[in-house]
Amino acid sequence: MKNYDAIIVGAGHNGLTNGAFLAKAGLDVLVLEKNTYIGGATASLELHKDWKYSNCSYVCSLFRPEIYQALDLGRHGLEVVPLQGSVSFKQDGDYLGSYHQPTLWRREVARHSKRDADAAVRFDADLMKWCRLIRGFLLRTPPDPASFKIRDAMEFAYLLKRFYSLSESQIYEFIRFFTMSIAEYLEQYFESDIILAHFSGGSIIGTGLGVYSPGTAYVLLHHAMGDVDGNVGSWGFARGGMGSVSAAIGSSFKSFGGEIRTGAEVKNIVVKGRKATGVLLASGEEISAKTVVSNLDAKRTFLSLMKAKDLPQDLIKRAENFKIRGSSGKVNIALDGMPDFPALPKGSPLTLGHMHFTDTLERLERAYDDWKDDKWSKDPYVDMVIPTQYDPTMSPPGKHMMSVFVQYCPVEPEGGWTDEKRDAFGATVIDQIGDYSPNFKDLILHAEIRTPRELEAEVGLTEGNIFQGELTLDQLMFNRPFPGYAQYRGPVKNMYMCSSSNHPGGGVMGAPGANSAREILRDLGRTDTTPEDFGDD
Amino acid sequence: MTKVKKVLVIGGGHNGLICATYLANVGFDVQVLEARDKVGGGAASRCFAEGYTSPSLSIAGYGINKKICKDLNLKFSSNTSQHRKDTIALDSQGNHLTLSDGSVSGKSLSQSDIDAYRAFQLEFRSYAKALQPLMMNKPPRLKDMDRQDKKTLAKLGWSLRFGLGTKSMREFLRVGGINIYDVLNETFDSPLLKGALSADAVIGQHMGPRTPNTVLTYLHRLWGEVHSGNDDKANDQIAHVLERSSLDAGVRILSDSKVKNIVLEESRCTGVELVSGEKILADIVISNTDAKTTFLELVGSRHLDAMFCHRVNSVRQRGSVAKLNFALDGLPSIKGLSEEQLAQRLIIASDMRYVEHAFNHAKYGEYSSHPVLEMSIPSIADASLAPDGKHVMSVSATFAPHTLKQGWEAQRDAFTEVVVETLGRYAEDFSSLVLHSELLTPEDIEAQYNVSGGHWHHGELSLDQSFMMRPVHGSAQYDTPIDGLYLCGAGTHPGGGLTGVPGHNAAQRIIDISKSSN
Repeated sequence: MKNYDAIIVGAGHNGLTNGAFLAKAGLDVLVLEKNTYIGGATASLELHKDWKYSNCSYVCSLFRPEIYQALDLGRHGLEVVPLQGSVSFKQDGDYLGSYHQPTLWRREVARHSKRDADAAVRFDADLMKWCRLIRGFLLRTPPDPASFKIRDAMEFAYLLKRFYSLSESQIYEFIRFFTMSIAEYLEQYFESDIILAHFSGGSIIGTGLGVYSPGTAYVLLHHAMGDVDGNVGSWGFARGGMGSVSAAIGSSFKSFGGEIRTGAEVKNIVVKGRKATGVLLASGEEISAKTVVSNLDAKRTFLSLMKAKDLPQDLIKRAENFKIRGSSGKVNIALDGMPDFPALPKGSPLTLGHMHFTDTLERLERAYDDWKDDKWSKDPYVDMVIPTQYDPTMSPPGKHMMSVFVQYCPVEPEGGWTDEKRDAFGATVIDQIGDYSPNFKDLILHAEIRTPRELEAEVGLTEGNIFQGELTLDQLMFNRPFPGYAQYRGPVKNMYMCSSSNHPGGGVMGAPGANSAREILRDLGRTDTTPEDFGDD
Repeated sequence: MTKVKKVLVIGGGHNGLICATYLANVGFDVQVLEARDKVGGGAASRCFAEGYTSPSLSIAGYGINKKICKDLNLKFSSNTSQHRKDTIALDSQGNHLTLSDGSVSGKSLSQSDIDAYRAFQLEFRSYAKALQPLMMNKPPRLKDMDRQDKKTLAKLGWSLRFGLGTKSMREFLRVGGINIYDVLNETFDSPLLKGALSADAVIGQHMGPRTPNTVLTYLHRLWGEVHSGNDDKANDQIAHVLERSSLDAGVRILSDSKVKNIVLEESRCTGVELVSGEKILADIVISNTDAKTTFLELVGSRHLDAMFCHRVNSVRQRGSVAKLNFALDGLPSIKGLSEEQLAQRLIIASDMRYVEHAFNHAKYGEYSSHPVLEMSIPSIADASLAPDGKHVMSVSATFAPHTLKQGWEAQRDAFTEVVVETLGRYAEDFSSLVLHSELLTPEDIEAQYNVSGGHWHHGELSLDQSFMMRPVHGSAQYDTPIDGLYLCGAGTHPGGGLTGVPGHNAAQRIIDISKSSN
């Protein structure tokens, strides 16, 4: 029977990235996937006859350019089209448009508040500073503060050096940024409600926090630190949907000799003598490997993929307490044509970007209050895009596909989810959009509504958490997923983790996969094929 | 011999008095300027109706820091029992919980919760103790450190790494920055126990149990408790004892002397001008008021760097606790509570959702429809506070935001009614016992006690406003951008409560600076 060098459980983008770097180093790698398609939450599927859509993640920006280059993803067919701006609609019929063109943007902010137009320049510059600093930490393994190893000490020294490149005042401002709520952070800059709301939205996406919760300023950064073609902070669409990202990584992986098996659900990781020796499939087949990597979230990895008897007791407790509450839903809609937004001038380019319908911090915070009580938001925050305006490959000519990300949606409303409740949740979202677009409801051909229940069932995101673990300080850096296990090595020998439950966390970034590959190759004494970060650009 | 330095302390709250006493003890000529008719600030007693006195503004569970009690030889005439007041979490059915130092009891509690509570207290108290080197010194700067800063950091590092040990340090680094809600859910089952503990973490702050940062505020409270130097039953005497000790040290106290502004000459502080028009010269001026009042009102923004003013202006210090004093015709009867238990600190916070819902209102400029209440009946232990057979009840009601959407003036009676109703759910006869009541909203506290925002701690105890960022960076080591002007109030590191440590640290800092400049 064949003994692989490495088996990776789960063909999400991190699993494939991990596999690609291992295969590139000459290992014989097998990726196993439960579903019949690869990509996990990064897949393009059929929404409606002739309509394609990105199943979960829907825009692209965070993917590390270093990985893109190292795996030659351009040659494997990945093309990212930059997205143009965004817009927040106000209840009074006005709107705030965010344009890439600096003078247009400035004029637009000044329309709402002259003071904020000046503040916006300062804010952009500050945010960019923190982005550049934090980006340098993404493709590195977090050091363990409890360790006395030289490597950890060196890594701390490196981080401190980066940190000390800031002035004293900047150091404090950075700490403040890391620990403040987005609302309070922004209130230091801005006065206008619509501008505050416009900037805050990004920092609650996917979290179990509200705009007034400390720690959300960092989440904004988590969403802003990506780039498209070197433009930090901008977002893009993958041509052909997000499935193109996993397809390209998969293709790169195969070009290095890797093997993918879909429809192969793994039941257990086999551990013999405190060493991982392979996996047992649901079909009963056992496949052996010298190294086993789990791309499932920390809860699934330690509470279902591994047997309790193979694990230290405290680790099981940690896994049980791992915070992975889902807070988001998704509505994907096939449209018969392009909806009108009468608030915008005719022919406005703003429909090309992200669209939002929340205009005050209070509405954002109240949406969170609903979630805290296990209800879906009566007045949710949505992040809506219509990618078919750029990418005609995803719908028939003249028709459109709309992707609506919804914050907040509870893991389980009182009494549990039913199909009726799911539809009621969807109706709330559709009604909100309908308030701003009179012909929208008539254009709907098909709407697919997904709550955390559906996200968990289909792509195996526990509780529907899009980051595979909340991004709070107890689960970031050397605490992610658990203190003492943040360097991608599992509790038994030859077992590793590469999912977004690990540093630096969720978003289609590929960084956990690459970082994990670096640690594996290091332990095996192989040449490191993973890229170094580009550094300050 | 060098000339004796003349020092003015603006504000005779407990931190101001402590700072003044330390300085007088080493030979400074110190004068305390108090705007009100007596010193003690929030720690001073308050006569709120004829014959009825409330001992102080806060119902703190801890007192002045041990080291300060020892250094200043503070003498409290402590009554009978030595142990700290218990906290009793009230249950409407009479299944109350009693939280004493490190242990909990109650009929409805499971054994696993009782054990978990003991372990939890041990663990969290060890974190609180590990922070001690950081708390008792000026917060170290992160760049251009002096020797003292390096020493503090080294001691802190040592106490975290070796004092706590690997396991506890890891756990501390995990939970230190998050919310108390998740930690309590991981640890306990009893909703009432979780409610009471989460209330302790949020009272005095603009935070709910789910707000990240509430573990830090809880640790801050425990730190005060662990290092408390006096029995908390003696808290009522604090103002008096501190006044005595400062007078003994040679401090001169000038009451009814509100300061109008701080006088500068060529960006150096040379004294103060009182509202009465009188000018008092000094070599050193120490402000016990909060940063906003000090810099924006007393100094004036035109004398300061624009970015610095901007930071001061952004300090979050919207108070969220209202104080109510009730004169009662007799003791209220709470099902299942003896008179001895009534004398303890009582809390109404039935579960964490109750506390979180109470906080929801505060976010939108409303008062809680079901507030979290912290109560004590000090007249049980000290009969002199009320006429014979009558009683005084102190209540801290959370959340009552500083700025109400409709304004406080129209809402005062309605809010008092809400508090009385809430109490009535636990003590049916309560409303019939009320003879007088007084409500101090954060707005009132601001006006009467000269604290912007009426915030207990002169500023939220959040991570971004703690340590080397408290009150703001650029003025976190008690000195300020203005030569000769210092801060010593609760708005500075390590924050409010009755510990007196800000006053202690500020005095140390001033003594060190004077030594090095001589």
